Amino acid sequence: MEGRLLSDLFLTFAKVGAFTFGGGYAMIPLIQREVVDQKKWISNEDILDVIAIAESTPGPIAINSATFIGKKVAGTKGAVAATAGVVLPSFLIIIAVSFVLEAFQHIKAVRYAFWGIRAGVLALILKALWSMFSVCNKNGVSYAVMALAFLLVSVLKLSVILVIVICALLGILYTQGKKVRR
Amino acid sequence: MIFLDLFWTFFKIGLFTFGGGYAMLPLIQSEVIAHGWMETTDIVNFIAVSESTPGPFAVNISTYVGRITAGISGAFCATLGVVLPSFLVILIVAKFYERFRSSRIVEGAMTGLRPAVIGLIAASLLSIGTTVFTPAVSTRWLPVAISGCLFILMSILSFKKKHPILIIALSAVIGIITGYTLGL
Repeated sequence: MEGRLLSDLFLTFAKVGAFTFGGGYAMIPLIQREVVDQKKWISNEDILDVIAIAESTPGPIAINSATFIGKKVAGTKGAVAATAGVVLPSFLIIIAVSFVLEAFQHIKAVRYAFWGIRAGVLALILKALWSMFSVCNKNGVSYAVMALAFLLVSVLKLSVILVIVICALLGILYTQGKKVRR
Repeated sequence: MIFLDLFWTFFKIGLFTFGGGYAMLPLIQSEVIAHGWMETTDIVNFIAVSESTPGPFAVNISTYVGRITAGISGAFCATLGVVLPSFLVILIVAKFYERFRSSRIVEGAMTGLRPAVIGLIAASLLSIGTTVFTPAVSTRWLPVAISGCLFILMSILSFKKKHPILIIALSAVIGIITGYTLGL
């Protein structure tokens, strides 16, 4: 019975991994359909918890969600099965793609295509940045941290990890300070 | 030892990424370039590949970097590295879920991290933009101008919620046509 559940978790998350493009949030609707509607492993409210947890823990949303749901459904073994499932399709596809890229990337047409694509990717990053900005808190502290992180990396060339740690600490100090003042 | 280096580098990347989508980009850029595993141009090219293949960006890029630097075992080490921090943290958090959710420390850290990620991606956008618009193919101004127009056009399409794959495909076609027309 347990083996059946584990292979079911693995296959369900492999399906989620194989059929979502763009990863992260794009995966949530598919996870919801498979895990809540089809398998009834968790409830719709649980999905909101999954998103909240995935956002406030390190690592990609897809991995966080798979591990969390796997753990909830079938313990640590379930977490392993679900996580392996969500990773495996990407892993295999990218291994295959890497050989194709190596073989074709020096061809003239491919180089031209990527030259155009780079301008397109820049537009995609701009759009993603705008989407993140529009859902973020709009207050003085937020703007100050954004500007600080940008300047520390762009101008002072500090390491990204250091800047992440500094900003997390600033956030903690700020919320603790607000509590004391109240 | 390349395998250990791949594992450890991607472990750090996984441990310090908060949020989805391009949140991982600033870390990937700084770590992968610092190791000399890829250049900015290759990373930008790979973003397009990752958008056009299924699965999370994190897994795609770690598998790719591992594979091109140290073969399939390298891909395995890098991917295991990027997955492991999430996996371990979630196992712990799942146990102390209620306490985690009501923790002021977590809330405080997220108050700093959410805007920080935005600032960091803006910094990535700036440095990637500089690379994209620096004429590597030719020193003439025309290709740079075309890149600029292409960027503006694709931004408009992107903000009109056109699918990323459509944007990549269109950019590729325009890239090929201008490339041959101008003989870049």
